[in-house]
Amino acid sequence: MAKQPAKPPVAAKKSASAADESDFILHSLQAAFEAKKRYAASDAEMMEFYRQMLLIRRFEEKAGQLYGLGLIGGFCHLYIGQEAVAIGLQSALDNERDSVITGYRDHGHMLAYGIDPKVIMAELTGREAGISKGKGGSMHMFSTEHKFYGGHGIVGAQVALGGGLALAHQYNNDGGLCLAYFGDGAANQGQVYETFNMAALWNLPIVFVVEDNQYAMGTASSRSSAETRFHRRGTAFRIPGMEVNGMDVLEVRAAAEVAFAHVRAGKGPVLMECNTYRYRGHSMSDPAKYRTREEVQEQREHHDPIEGLKKTLIENGKTEDELKAIDKAIRAEVAASADFAESSPEPGAAELYTDVLVGEY
Amino acid sequence: MAIELKMPALSPTMEQGTLAKWLKAEGDRIEPGDIIAEIETDKATMEFEAIDEGVLEKILVPAGTEDVAVGAVIALIAGEGEAAAPAAAPVAAPAPAPAPAPVPAPKAEKPVSAPAAQDPAIPSGTNLVSTTVREALRDAMAEEMRRDPRVFVMGEEVAEYQGAYKVTQGLLAEFGPKRVIDTPITEYGFAGIGAGAAMGGLRPIVEFMTFNFAMQAIDHIINSAAKTNYMSGGQMRCPIVFRGPNGAASRVGAQHSQNYGPWYASVPGLIVIAPYDAADAKGLMKAAIRSDDPVVFLENELVYGRTYDVPDMDDYVLPIGKARIMREGKDVTIVSYSIGVGMALEAAATLAGEGIEAEVIDLRTLRPLDKQAVLTSLAKTNRLVVAEEGWPTCSIASEIIAICMEEGFDHLDAPVMRVCNEDVPLPYAANLEKLALIDAARIAEAARKVCYR
Repeated sequence: MAKQPAKPPVAAKKSASAADESDFILHSLQAAFEAKKRYAASDAEMMEFYRQMLLIRRFEEKAGQLYGLGLIGGFCHLYIGQEAVAIGLQSALDNERDSVITGYRDHGHMLAYGIDPKVIMAELTGREAGISKGKGGSMHMFSTEHKFYGGHGIVGAQVALGGGLALAHQYNNDGGLCLAYFGDGAANQGQVYETFNMAALWNLPIVFVVEDNQYAMGTASSRSSAETRFHRRGTAFRIPGMEVNGMDVLEVRAAAEVAFAHVRAGKGPVLMECNTYRYRGHSMSDPAKYRTREEVQEQREHHDPIEGLKKTLIENGKTEDELKAIDKAIRAEVAASADFAESSPEPGAAELYTDVLVGEY
Repeated sequence: MAIELKMPALSPTMEQGTLAKWLKAEGDRIEPGDIIAEIETDKATMEFEAIDEGVLEKILVPAGTEDVAVGAVIALIAGEGEAAAPAAAPVAAPAPAPAPAPVPAPKAEKPVSAPAAQDPAIPSGTNLVSTTVREALRDAMAEEMRRDPRVFVMGEEVAEYQGAYKVTQGLLAEFGPKRVIDTPITEYGFAGIGAGAAMGGLRPIVEFMTFNFAMQAIDHIINSAAKTNYMSGGQMRCPIVFRGPNGAASRVGAQHSQNYGPWYASVPGLIVIAPYDAADAKGLMKAAIRSDDPVVFLENELVYGRTYDVPDMDDYVLPIGKARIMREGKDVTIVSYSIGVGMALEAAATLAGEGIEAEVIDLRTLRPLDKQAVLTSLAKTNRLVVAEEGWPTCSIASEIIAICMEEGFDHLDAPVMRVCNEDVPLPYAANLEKLALIDAARIAEAARKVCYR
């Protein structure tokens, strides 16, 4: 499953003029990122990253339990293992201006905003108190208040929709950017490239993030993608690419700083590949026959984003007890959200007919 | 023998045009490839190129003549070795006599389109202005763009080309490239970008060159636009208009000729509008742009160039979801929408000559459907026919019939009949195409049947 190391760059085409080559430095962002690869977080920031990643982890573990108990139905895609991506990127956003959109594996991206876990869990259990009144479910959650635009169940659709959010930022000249996440599976959808083309053509303020968790459902990247180094896939549209270790929150954050600065400077879209790993199945109904236990174990033991940051925190003088206290508080918060989600009433029958249309005709 | 130059058709649907300019004079030598004249239609200006060699012997239609019918002889070229003597006109005698004056193409359906029933939204005494459907749509968009800076248009060829069917003509000049955006040929992508922009607070009008191409984008129309409000519990809206020509055009074959009305009308969360005349096109387009819901706005290429009266009002906005009685009658109701309305009116005129007074209802909006208008008319006439330029299976006609059965059964004196296109992909051959599509004669025949005449 490990990717092949980068091949030496192919010699530049002789026909390309020197000026063209210098304009078209697709690796400039990667170079800037490589120069300062780990974000110099303050102690407080690091503790907050730790807390947020742990909240996602514990929330998702609880969601998995509730699914097993039949309290969550349908499809439920857990984010366990990928926490550093959402936290690293979203901690760098300007939440007054920027927007975020993602696919169906969306619980973590919402928790990263600090949205109350109760209303997210209650949506998972299909209750009236859920963030979509129980009518959206795990895959369809939104918070326009936070400029979080979902939560989309059709693989790859959020990329084009994200292009539209970016168009709105540009149109309104509000200085915001759109962060559009998609997976290595969605990366093979045609509309992704249609959007790349228009985003580059129109210089839209958007950061495309491929969360490469190595498997498109049950198909390994190498079995579904001719080019598994996804950051290269913007080259044909002159979109600079970045390759990031998505298991290290400080590295993701450092990459976010570089990418966001580029976009905010009006230089157009960036394509960022975050290499990460999903510990659980694609969804709860995944038999996981396509990979070995050892492979998952290796990732957990040696690349876990939370354990990795914990190590750094301990090195910086935090104590096990301090970190345990955080975990304890999070467990209590998650347990409370589960209780709330279980005990909240289901939507009233009249809700069936509301919100179909906004207007009355 | 002289070669006849005939008024060329510049598009599959062109019936007439203006001979704008002659670039050669009588007596000039013509080589193949020479530009002889400029022809204008309401859609475009095109150069008319010679394919024959000879001398331009006689110009039969002077520059500036309007409404020259396609196929009318506009000039004669004397071939190799022929004298180009001015007195040589008799040479052309064996050929069909050249038309002395341009033949204006018939303005189809104009005589029957005058509404017998006034639209209630128009105050009496309002000045009426002759407007094409194409202009009415453009005016509606322009007015709404002036009114609301969030409104913008995007699509293929909408800006610099002035619209593939010239519906967006002039918008670029007034509103600039920020608000009139040419997209690449990438329907799925730009439908998604449009929907995303609507979610982000803008009011996009997305033009599909035709709705046939929207099949590439239908996922965003249905899964992204239509369902967002519901899935978000009313939190996230998608106020967008998807518009473009729908239904059969003329001789463009199966992949370019389809009515998507029933497809979109089956989807909760969408508004589906399919107007017939220019006034409705304008009033409903303005309503569509103002709606907080996603709207699929189905136009018809064959109707774009037709002229109808549009009320001269500052802000002519029609209600969505309201049918219109186009002609009152007591014997039978004919329900239709879009291009079918013209045929229904034509059928009604024929039937009137036979003593059958047909009431013609234009649904105008397909979702939400104005059931009450249909049922009220049925209660009055007790007989009903649905005319639909589209396939019969799972059609709007099927839906109307179901409504009549479920909610109007006691008023029915005869089974409801539907007149739809034949249940085949649309053929290219002119005769087969004609056989496949509905027409006024078939509608009249169905009306006689339900009247047991």
